[in-house]
Amino acid sequence: MVITYLFLLLFLGLMVYLVYFQIKRSEDFINSPYNTRQDSFSEQVIRGKILASGGEVLAETVTDENGTESRSYPYEKLFAHVVGFSTNGKAGLESTMNFHLLRSHAFIGERVIQELSGQKNEGDNVVTTLDVSLQEAAYQALGNYDGAILVMEPHTGKILAMVSKPDYNPNTIAADWDRIISQDENDSQLLNRATQGLYPPGSTFKIITTLEYMRENPSYEQYSFDCDGTYTASGTTIHCYRSIAHHEEDLMGSFANSCNSSYANIGLQLDAHQMNALCSELMFGEKLPVSFESSASRYSADSDSSASMIMETAIGQGETLVTPLHMLMLASAIANDGVLMKPYLVDHVENNQGIEVKRYEPSEVRQLMDPKEAQVLQEYMSAVVTEGTASAMSGASYEACGKTGSAEYGSKKGESHAWFVGYAHQDGKEDIAVAVIAEGAGSGSGVAVPAAKKIFDAYYR
Amino acid sequence: MVHLIVEITKYLMILLCAIYTYQCFAVFRKQDEDRQRKRFRKQSRILYLIHFMAYLVLYLVARDEKLVFLYFAQIILFVIIQNSYRLFYPKASRLVSNNMCMLLMVGFVILARIDIDKATKQFIIAAGSAALCLIIPVMIRRMKFFRRLTWLYAVIGVAGLAVVWLAGSTSYGAKISLNIAGISIQPSEFIKILFVFYVAAMFHVSTSFSQVLITSAVAAVHVLILVFSRDLGGALIFFMAYLVMLYVATKKAGYLVAGLAAGSVASVVAYQLFSHVQKRVLAWRAPLSVIDDEGYQICQSLFAIGTGGFFGMGLYQGMPKKIPKVMQDFIFSAIAEEMGLIFALCLILICVSCLLMFFNIAMQLKDSFYKLVALGLGTIYGVQVFLTIGGVTKFIPSTGVTLPLVSYGGSSVLSTLITFGIIQGLYILREDEGDARYDREKGKRSGKTEFFGEEVEDFNRE
Repeated sequence: MVITYLFLLLFLGLMVYLVYFQIKRSEDFINSPYNTRQDSFSEQVIRGKILASGGEVLAETVTDENGTESRSYPYEKLFAHVVGFSTNGKAGLESTMNFHLLRSHAFIGERVIQELSGQKNEGDNVVTTLDVSLQEAAYQALGNYDGAILVMEPHTGKILAMVSKPDYNPNTIAADWDRIISQDENDSQLLNRATQGLYPPGSTFKIITTLEYMRENPSYEQYSFDCDGTYTASGTTIHCYRSIAHHEEDLMGSFANSCNSSYANIGLQLDAHQMNALCSELMFGEKLPVSFESSASRYSADSDSSASMIMETAIGQGETLVTPLHMLMLASAIANDGVLMKPYLVDHVENNQGIEVKRYEPSEVRQLMDPKEAQVLQEYMSAVVTEGTASAMSGASYEACGKTGSAEYGSKKGESHAWFVGYAHQDGKEDIAVAVIAEGAGSGSGVAVPAAKKIFDAYYR
Repeated sequence: MVHLIVEITKYLMILLCAIYTYQCFAVFRKQDEDRQRKRFRKQSRILYLIHFMAYLVLYLVARDEKLVFLYFAQIILFVIIQNSYRLFYPKASRLVSNNMCMLLMVGFVILARIDIDKATKQFIIAAGSAALCLIIPVMIRRMKFFRRLTWLYAVIGVAGLAVVWLAGSTSYGAKISLNIAGISIQPSEFIKILFVFYVAAMFHVSTSFSQVLITSAVAAVHVLILVFSRDLGGALIFFMAYLVMLYVATKKAGYLVAGLAAGSVASVVAYQLFSHVQKRVLAWRAPLSVIDDEGYQICQSLFAIGTGGFFGMGLYQGMPKKIPKVMQDFIFSAIAEEMGLIFALCLILICVSCLLMFFNIAMQLKDSFYKLVALGLGTIYGVQVFLTIGGVTKFIPSTGVTLPLVSYGGSSVLSTLITFGIIQGLYILREDEGDARYDREKGKRSGKTEFFGEEVEDFNRE
């Protein structure tokens, strides 16, 4: 008797699991680029459209009088990386949403009629979270620089804009393919830098160094440092920007001024092993919790690293590499009192008549830091705008907070990527977080801050 | 147009399979024989209907004449199986024979969809096996010496497994088959039946501590040889069967608890010691992360099940051939992909109803030898179904066993048909136990012709 019940329980568990898998987990597998099953659907279904949140068409399939299908992208380069392409392989949303674009939830009657007359059915449309005017603003803000800009709502995880340059025209990708591939070694046009580009974080990393310092020193408010423009320890000298002295400053002042000397000093006081553990907690070295392609950020300094490496790492140089998406997620979590929301690009899927088939709701990844810690960082990031390196943003109709960075790269001294990560608030509107990286553009204050300001201005206009 | 038929029949088959499954459980309710008989007749009509629709679709898409022959040959087989049971064994369980045909039918359909030639081969083996197994119930009734061959079962079992361990051919890291004259057989499929007979014979004599000790030692030898052959699924099946039989024979829950604890410890040790076990566990926990390697099979299986959804892609609309070993261990995924998860869930329930029947018979039999045989065979069947379906759906780590009666494989289908034959024999035995006044000669004859007439009529109606 007991045995019978045991078996019934086992099989019940199995069946409940199968239903759960189909409803909740199957998507991860269906959308895998390894799943080649989807492509056979295109024999029965016309690929659906990809739409912006306002209903603008970002990608659609056009059938000419001969019945030849071609994919058209009305905004050309503007959404190149985020929307992607579906010829010559697949990328972007065209890849991750392939399954949905090739399924048809058109009305049964319509499908039967199409079937009987030998016509293809219209696939489902994917409605994204992307905002056309914000994407345009971000695209303009990055100007002629290579790099990336991301805009997201910290409280929901909706990504409103995602720009990566250099870019390509998805309409002519098949014709341009050979040229793009041959140039790819130099400029990686196909790489979505926003999610997959790995950059030294520069001073934006001081957010993490500060958090670790606060955790190790409950009396961090008493911290004080007298900056004379350089800091030397174990034979290595760290320079502040243009070696200009910041003089007496506390932790908030060091953060607002982005004082390298002070942070080199802080770095040496930290427990390198705990710092490494914090980075793991903050998703370094792992796949970010997003349902699109992204690279894993890297952090390697540990207890056995040299003093020089520890100091370099504390100011965001050294061997640390991050994706713009990762920095955006950290800034968003701070703006959202420590809670990280899962970034997502698709709001819902609807059939060809606009009837909703599937909705993607905001979801919480986890509490990345204590709400109190987040609030202190919010205060510090506000100081960066009110009295520090991003003061160009002060005095606007919105309250901006953030951190600038000038990340040195390559062997030549003085060449640097310009960074800004932060967010802004205005009563009555949803907050937005922004990450800007402009390659080789110089200082964060000079290039990245004005770019971010353009986006905030456009959004809060 | 063809696609439309594929679509419509897909939903109809799911609906019919759901009705069939409902009947599987409805018959367990106490009711008069007439209603029972009606239910069984309904089931067999549904079986022929699903079979017809599936082959219609297969033929419309593939346009292969072999399918037509296969279709009619299979119908003849089902008619023969069902009628000969009623002709020779009117007291046999119609639920078991219906389910046997249903499972065979689903297997025939999905195998023909994947590979017509292999499906033909499988059909021939299944037909031969089914004919062979018709004599089993009468053997059980007439031959009384089965319970006295105790050590013969153990010797053949251990020797057979040892030969496979030493001389077997390796497939996916495990040694499970022997190649004899170009035919590949899996001795463990048959040895598990002998093993059940051995254990039943031992505990039939006595359940004293020394007897339990000896039996456990011999059982451990079986299991260990399988572990050394890296046939983890097989080892688990033998182990569970022994444990359940031990528990029921001795009625001591302590044995069950101790056995399960020992099994858990052994699993942990095996995980620490063997890299192939670690690989299986890794492929189970995060298959996408090792998709190019050990996770490939399970990912392909989940792609199939996930893409198929609740209603399936329709026959020939999916890509089951992408899954390695789809016809053997991963047949369930192919069914879920093309016929739908609902259909596949019904299939699980049909297996569960077989299992309930096995245990039902075990509980009601008074003869302790056959009681234990029914229980052991039931456990083997249940564990095997659970391991294969759980494995291909990532519910548990994959162990590489076949789905009885559905999967491709001669040894598997023959051994399962033997099991079903034994179960039918025991069912008849139970009926005899409960009905001492039964008039053996007259009652049976008049009953069987009547049944036969009805069945032919049913079939013509379709």
